[in-house]
Amino acid sequence: MRKVAGLVSLLVLVAFLVAGALLLRPFGYPVPSDMDDYIIENAQEQTGNNNVVASVVFDYRGYDTLGEATILFTAVTGVLLLLRTEKRKEKSS
Amino acid sequence: MEYVPVNFPFLAAALLVGISFYIIIFKRNLIKLVMGIGMMASGVNLFLVALGYRAGGNAPIYTEVPEGPMVLSVPQALTLTSIVINVAVLALMLALVIQIYRHTGSLDSEKSRTMKG
Amino acid sequence: MLSKIVRTVANQLILFVLVFGLYVIAHGHLTPGGGFQGGAVIVSGIVMLLVAFSSHELSKSVRERILSVMESIGAVIFVLLGFAGLGATFFYNFLAGSPIFGNIPPTGPNPGDFWTGGTIPPMNFAVGLKVVAGLCAVVLALALFTGGEEVEE
Repeated sequence: MRKVAGLVSLLVLVAFLVAGALLLRPFGYPVPSDMDDYIIENAQEQTGNNNVVASVVFDYRGYDTLGEATILFTAVTGVLLLLRTEKRKEKSS
Repeated sequence: MEYVPVNFPFLAAALLVGISFYIIIFKRNLIKLVMGIGMMASGVNLFLVALGYRAGGNAPIYTEVPEGPMVLSVPQALTLTSIVINVAVLALMLALVIQIYRHTGSLDSEKSRTMKG
Repeated sequence: MLSKIVRTVANQLILFVLVFGLYVIAHGHLTPGGGFQGGAVIVSGIVMLLVAFSSHELSKSVRERILSVMESIGAVIFVLLGFAGLGATFFYNFLAGSPIFGNIPPTGPNPGDFWTGGTIPPMNFAVGLKVVAGLCAVVLALALFTGGEEVEE
């Protein structure tokens, strides 16, 4: 019973995904992009470096990078909290 | 590669997400479930980068670039953040799987399902 | 601990991996790369050392207190660079005309100059320090937890 329900839902989902992928816009002609044209033209004189992607990550959208650094810090703290080896010294009562 | 008649990159991303759905529904080993979630992350990242391609474009870096239009640069910046977040979540999942194996003694997800007192 | 040939080769190869990782971090504003990518390259070199020597040997020379201090210093420098330009907005590029990192390149394709970029190269170093310290601590904790109980040599 569980296998039949799982198989039917999987077929419906995969049909949905493949139909959506084939009916999208043709590959190579994106939606009208005004923000990206402005960023590519004016990134060299406003920030002063050649790499447009690095200036987007650290200068135009620096707040998202701050949130991502916080997520990395929290995940490292969580992993080090879960995997702790305790050395119990025998105390004679 | 100017005009492709069938959208191949979108089809590849949809197949990756579909295969990972099969893994999550039908498999019971805990390590295989973690691998399926990682595969779904790769499919979503591929879809995000393939959305911003212009026909015949170059990389958006001005150091000795040949002539022509440039691809969109904002989806690539968002994909960078998404990859780092997926690494953090995957590390936390693996630590939890190690603790489950240490407490119950088996890697089957059916045996550690009910909560015991 | 693997054989003597593997240990000698790993000792010689770690130098080249460190230099390549530092090149990817430092030239993040001219070529594809940056803080996150260069940090991942350096951590993969440390994993090679962890496989060649056992985790028990490596935990004697890398202590956890130094890694924790390095990660905190990286995070604090990143936030201070964001607060320093608070005259205009948060995360303002206040070094984009001054003599330290402030040349402005000519528009259009050009061979790159290293002393350009504003506040972005110091931010690359801070993020690279944070990624190296964090991922090295996670890899060491995973190796010590599962390998310290069953191996009895």
